[in-house]
Amino acid sequence: MRTLAVLSEMGAMFLFLLHGLVNIFTSTKQLRKIVHQMYFIGSKSLLVISLIGIFTGMVLGLQGYYTLVKFGSEGLLGAAVALSLIRELGPVLTAIMVTGRAGSSMAAEIGVMRISDQIDALEVMDINPISYLVSPRFAAAIICFPLLTAVFDVIGIIGGYLTGVALLGINPGIYFYRIESSVNSHDIYEGFLKALLFGVIVATVSCFQGYYTHMRKDGVGPEGVSNATTSAVVMSCVLVLITDYIVTSFLL
Amino acid sequence: MADHNGWDIRMENLVLGYDDTVVLDNISASLPAGKISVILGGSGDGKSTLLRHVLGLKRPMAGKIFLGPHSLFELSSGQFRKVRRRMGVLFQDGALLGSLTLGQNVALPLTEHTKLDAATVESIVQHKLALVGLDKYADYYPNQLSGGMRKRAGLARAIVTDPPILLCDEPTSGLDPINSAQMDKLLLDMKQHFPDMTIIVVSHDLQSLYTIADHVLVLHAGKAVYNGGLEPLRQTTDPYLRQFLDRSAGDMQTPDLRLGQEARDALRAWLDK
Ligand SMILES: Nc1ncnc2c1ncn2[C@@H]1O[C@H](COP(=O)(O)OP(=O)(O)O)[C@@H](O)[C@H]1O
Ligand SMILES: [Mg+2]
Repeated sequence: MRTLAVLSEMGAMFLFLLHGLVNIFTSTKQLRKIVHQMYFIGSKSLLVISLIGIFTGMVLGLQGYYTLVKFGSEGLLGAAVALSLIRELGPVLTAIMVTGRAGSSMAAEIGVMRISDQIDALEVMDINPISYLVSPRFAAAIICFPLLTAVFDVIGIIGGYLTGVALLGINPGIYFYRIESSVNSHDIYEGFLKALLFGVIVATVSCFQGYYTHMRKDGVGPEGVSNATTSAVVMSCVLVLITDYIVTSFLL
Repeated sequence: MADHNGWDIRMENLVLGYDDTVVLDNISASLPAGKISVILGGSGDGKSTLLRHVLGLKRPMAGKIFLGPHSLFELSSGQFRKVRRRMGVLFQDGALLGSLTLGQNVALPLTEHTKLDAATVESIVQHKLALVGLDKYADYYPNQLSGGMRKRAGLARAIVTDPPILLCDEPTSGLDPINSAQMDKLLLDMKQHFPDMTIIVVSHDLQSLYTIADHVLVLHAGKAVYNGGLEPLRQTTDPYLRQFLDRSAGDMQTPDLRLGQEARDALRAWLDK
């Protein structure tokens, strides 16, 4: 029974996603809403992404150094840091941070609109609530996730430089030379694809949970909104990690 | 759908509810076109539920709703939207979009559906906000206003398209006596200006019932207990209706209101501490 419920929720979410995607291009007015959401999802996440990025890179620099030095190949540090960031940690950590920052508030915002009749009001005014509320968020997430991931990667590589080169004394030329020679377009492609998929997942799950707050069995009104927000974050993170594994195993 | 005469609203053997709880059972009533009908009932008697179904937001468990010649739940989705465009709605708490100012909220149906230029929209919005006494508040966000003001702004949004059917959920609850009276007057003026407009007002405000109602539908305990004109209702001898209209507590016995001795001692000790 539980499996069935999970499967049917996934199915409903997939239809919700399709519905949201086709409504992205319904009118030119969508553009303004998309830009507004990009500001919210992207611009406002920059600081936290940079912070997490620099520390992730610094830790990778330290850990990588102590592992590589055992084999006398600390010169490969640049490659190790860059590859783990670009292929794996960049997309995943960005997705998880943005889930916490933007996904949760998408769920809460749409959930509040649901319980205060705002979504019904849109419907009665013959304004499609999916195209008004959900599609701009989808579009913004699809654009912002890869960009934020790229920022995370670059700042992470700088973080690795700080510990590896500035602190532990690897030759700076070697650090960047190794990055250049080991990272190829396939790695970049994998990271980009992941970021794109994670954006779709986080936006879909978060909007879906908020949009159907009123159908929840575990609480009505404000309690429903708070549960919807929790579900949005937990489910987004779990799906991101599962998807990450699947994509990695296919592309490796 | 070319006819622009007023539409009446008919309900046939409606059964309404949520999941498996029935809220309203076997309601049949007709609310006349071009008149103000008041749906009266106590809190929780299902007034908002009935409204949600008339708006087509929820399907009835059984029965039919007719808006003019159209059976609401038997229309194609295109026709359904066309029918619904004729309705303006004031939700119980206003349901203004929190991310937009009052002005943007009121303008929304126009900006989304028409190609009117900004200046025209602006002047329509100002006019409608002035009707509800909020012309100074166009740039305020809903959460910067009182509940009564949000309700009045919700009405401005509901009437911005001059809809042939206007539905208001408790327009006067939470309003002070002056604003309530002005709301009633506004509804009466609307009826005068738009003789075809069908106005449905959900309420439990007796004063506004006597002021505005042409027709009354009373809901109580899942049933429609009265459906007819205002005058016969005034004369009714039905015990529940009399109690409602006379605002009488009936034969309710208030139990002993004081706390037990032990609790009183404990509270006294706390107060004296
Ligand atoms: N979303 C809902 N789910 C389940 N029951 C509901 C829901 N909304 C209202 N009810 C129930 O329906 C009954 C009527 O509610 P409502 O129509 O809001 O009453 P009124 O507007 O007359 O005060 C109440 O008993 C309420 O508990
Ligand atoms: Mg109500």
